[in-house]
Amino acid sequence: MGIVHGEEMVLNIGPQHPSTHGVLRLHVRTDGEIISHIEPVIGYLHRCFEKHCENLSYEQVIPFTDRCDYIASMNNNFGYVVAMEELLGIQVPERVEYIRVIMAELNRIASHLVALGTYGLDVGAFTPFLYMFRDRERILDLFELTCGARLLYNYMWVGGLSHDLPVGFVEATYRFLDDFEPNLNEYHELLMYNKIFIERTADVGILPPDVAISYGVTGPNLRGSGVSWDLRKDEPYSIYDRLDFEIPVGTGQMGTVGDCWDRYWVRAQEMAESVKILRQALKDLPAEGDVHEALPRKVRPPKGSIYKRTESPRGDLAYYIISDGKPVPFRLKMRSPAFTALSVLSEIASGWMISDVIAILGSLDIVLGEIDR
Amino acid sequence: MINPRIIEFIRSRWPEAVPEVETGTTGDAPGEAYVPLRPNDWNEIARQLRDDPALKLDSLQCITGVDLGPEANLEIRYNLHSMEHRHHGEIRIEVPKETPELPSVAAVWDIADWFEREVYDMYGIRFSGHPNLMRILLPDDWEGWPLRKDYEEPETYHGIVVPKVKTGWE
Repeated sequence: MGIVHGEEMVLNIGPQHPSTHGVLRLHVRTDGEIISHIEPVIGYLHRCFEKHCENLSYEQVIPFTDRCDYIASMNNNFGYVVAMEELLGIQVPERVEYIRVIMAELNRIASHLVALGTYGLDVGAFTPFLYMFRDRERILDLFELTCGARLLYNYMWVGGLSHDLPVGFVEATYRFLDDFEPNLNEYHELLMYNKIFIERTADVGILPPDVAISYGVTGPNLRGSGVSWDLRKDEPYSIYDRLDFEIPVGTGQMGTVGDCWDRYWVRAQEMAESVKILRQALKDLPAEGDVHEALPRKVRPPKGSIYKRTESPRGDLAYYIISDGKPVPFRLKMRSPAFTALSVLSEIASGWMISDVIAILGSLDIVLGEIDR
Repeated sequence: MINPRIIEFIRSRWPEAVPEVETGTTGDAPGEAYVPLRPNDWNEIARQLRDDPALKLDSLQCITGVDLGPEANLEIRYNLHSMEHRHHGEIRIEVPKETPELPSVAAVWDIADWFEREVYDMYGIRFSGHPNLMRILLPDDWEGWPLRKDYEEPETYHGIVVPKVKTGWE
């Protein structure tokens, strides 16, 4: 029996819909329950980030980077300051590098907790979401302790940090890690190895490695497809070359390499690796060092340009900064990993059911603030 | 650094493609080396950069549009990367402001589809052969190319007045 084609129907998912993770509209062509084509319509959150930057001094750009990927602001700050410091040729004190890595990895855990928790919601599991937000809350408390902000930090500055670590931060972080590690196993029992969850995600939305590379997909999505590519390891910046950690890649444990379950599993493993990094960084954290010591009096890079990539929780986050010697950027482009991840949606979701599209979209872990900029 | 190899590779096949400018540096900052190109044959060059076993630049990392200034050209910068060989390189192509057009590479790297739409959206550069060259971030009825240096904000948008007084914004 051949496939019977009925009349196609156009369905709009979003722009206001809980499973689109932000203001995103999916223009879906369906044949019955089967998706034949998806066109993501983006731009609802466009706030002219790049145009703004051409009218702001280099330091003033940092709060704007916070607001791009608001789930992982520290990592966005990190990418920008690393690029700027390379352009300026600034060497920052050891202590600053360690604190930055500690913050970036804490934020990576927080970001993955949101990704995995909301993914549970997408596929119908409510409880893990609450558990994961409980742990994320403790990370946000640590950030609040450090810089006063819970979501948009403006913490990393070009050449340093806004504040040094407060008294008791290291102990509090150790306490968090000690509590978090056993919790992680509990979450896996609860969701990742749950039969219903596996049924919903294994063998669904398979992203083959060559397609992922051609679509510029990076980060956990690419690693879920079995490609080991992590800038922290392959092009180390800051002090990542001194730290010992593994890069988990998808192996198709529950189905095929590159399915939704693999992408989930990679994020789950990455949290454990981040805990490992955090323990090392906290142990080796130099006691001496002034976080304001290397701050330039005036940020004014020489003529030239730089394309600098760093690993954000969503993948390769790059800044292309062009300087003409003035105190404002001539051009600043942000290469957003979520933008490329969303572009592959139509390719991998066509042919699946409408309910699977929600599962596939959730597994890509997009943040619309970063896509629309 | 891979860029001298890219230049050699392209020169040996398309002697006309690489213009005679100072190659290999971006200036005095510690930036990346780059390869300047003329827009003709770009599609075919891109395909061979991707497929050549020694280069294998299979990942297009980023396309950045740049407005070089009021009297100068527009420029498109491609950051390429090889997942197999773990090297990367940058290509720059200038197009005139009056007729900004160059071949699309959406058939070579799938992500170029969206990246080129974004550049079109912001700079009005037309990518010939692109399957769906529409605005992507801005509304479809937006007028002008916002990231060009000579862009002027509209007075109103759908009857909404755009505020002009910007004291206290900086």
